[in-house]
Amino acid sequence: MSDIKISIRDLKKSFGRKTVLNGVDLDIEQGESFVVIGGSGAGKSVLIKCIQGLLTPDSGSIQIDGVETTDNSNFNQKDMHAKMGMLFQGGALFDSLSVWENVAFALLENQKTPRDLAKVEAIRVLRQVGLAPDVADLYPSELSGGMQKRVGLARAIITKPEIIFFDEPTTGLDPIMADVINDLIVESAKGLGATTLTITHDMASVKKIADKVAMLYQGKIIWQGTVKEMEKTDNPYVVQFVSGSAQGPIKVEV
Amino acid sequence: MMLSKQIENFLRALGKPLVAFLMSLGKLSVFIVRAVYHALTPPIYFKNFIKQVLEMGFYSVPVVGLTTIFAGMVIALQTYSGFSKYGAESAVANVVLISVTRELAPVLSALMVAGRIGAAMAAEIGTMKVTEQLDALVTLSTNPFKYLFAPRLWAGLCVLPLLVLFGDVIGVFGGYVVGVYKLGFNPANYINSTIENLEAIGIISGLIKAAVFGFIISLMGCYNGYKSKGGAQGVGQATTNAVVSASILVLIFNYLITEIFFAK
Ligand SMILES: Nc1ncnc2c1ncn2[C@@H]1O[C@H](COP(=O)(O)OP(=O)(O)O)[C@@H](O)[C@H]1O
Ligand SMILES: [Mg+2]
Repeated sequence: MSDIKISIRDLKKSFGRKTVLNGVDLDIEQGESFVVIGGSGAGKSVLIKCIQGLLTPDSGSIQIDGVETTDNSNFNQKDMHAKMGMLFQGGALFDSLSVWENVAFALLENQKTPRDLAKVEAIRVLRQVGLAPDVADLYPSELSGGMQKRVGLARAIITKPEIIFFDEPTTGLDPIMADVINDLIVESAKGLGATTLTITHDMASVKKIADKVAMLYQGKIIWQGTVKEMEKTDNPYVVQFVSGSAQGPIKVEV
Repeated sequence: MMLSKQIENFLRALGKPLVAFLMSLGKLSVFIVRAVYHALTPPIYFKNFIKQVLEMGFYSVPVVGLTTIFAGMVIALQTYSGFSKYGAESAVANVVLISVTRELAPVLSALMVAGRIGAAMAAEIGTMKVTEQLDALVTLSTNPFKYLFAPRLWAGLCVLPLLVLFGDVIGVFGGYVVGVYKLGFNPANYINSTIENLEAIGIISGLIKAAVFGFIISLMGCYNGYKSKGGAQGVGQATTNAVVSASILVLIFNYLITEIFFAK
């Protein structure tokens, strides 16, 4: 096998008459930090949800470690999720559980770790993402947005996953907090040697964390390359997106 | 030619809402099959079940008690004023017993619980849906049907009969209070008439109704929460739908079960 971790071919997904993904091709290498950029509503979250099996694609192929995930017959979704972690856009922390129970969820429910050990481990990972131990017994509603992101990150990495997904990790944060989260993402991914797929429209975040960048536009990957290549490219779509200009080929649907 | 055109137009007009209706019926059926399947297969989240039992049961006791005691009281009063005063003691005791155990305790308790618990359930699960907590569960290798829905369905099924049994006692007691303290019946005679008229089928049919109603309430709470979308407004809509659909289904199934037990 090659060292391709996630391979996507001609992925299509529509909702009713609205086509969101219209033939996405993507190869993500082992250990790489891959970032997909694109405007709001471009289908970035849909792409991530298809890869995780949260949405069923209409057609196309998704292979993780060479195993086809769109074919249910010889593939176990639970095994796949066991090696993945995800940081959701809004955190998606469980309101009814305390912070440490959120972080340790996979340990408690899947690995049947005793509660006292799970709590120790949760506090260790919370510290790793910069949260003090006394946060552990709070509830998610008592935390600020930045703290919720950290807890979400802790929950995503506690099982030492091989693949981590980040859905707009910096959206809704102030620039300084965003930078802190970016650092944490880079640190935790490097620390685990994990392959990461991040989707964002925050260019500061891209420059900080990306090994490779791809742009999703009108349901397709219209460009990809390294961050350096992105800064030099003359692809008008990428240029417009990177500079954040209203002038250019990208039409904003109002 | 003319006729076929007319029929076509008629079917067209009928088509859209009919298709929409059949679609939602289909979706509900799929949901029920999945929910029941997952409720019967491991892993079972026993802690979540206990939590739901407390949520549904314990905190509903005052509401059910209040509802049924007044129901029993008013039935005693109405029976006394409506029937001949001759042999009123036995008649009032009997009518209170029958109406409370067969109808009032199960139906009124179910409607109160639907308003209280069904709404809360739909709101909680709907919020989890729109804030991606249900997706998060799946990515943590946990099936929402098993983790969230199965414990609620089991709790509904188990708790409502207990609540109704409690409601039976309180409702009959309400009738006794009015009979003895307001209508001046002899306490011993009233109690004797109640015991003489006690019949298993009335109580049991009421408890079976309660189990079915409890399942319906949880089902509608989970289903409407699960399919809600689009933020706070969608969750509000889901909450309303859960209460309205559960209440209507409770009344429909109440008739159907009564027919099974008591139609000659
Ligand atoms: N479950 C769904 N049902 C219907 N439409 C959806 C669903 N999920 C996403 N969409 C639509 O797909 C488009 C892309 O959404 P999304 O992937 O969330 O965008 P973004 O790139 O901002 O993450 C949007 O227009 C959205 O309305
Ligand atoms: Mg998104």
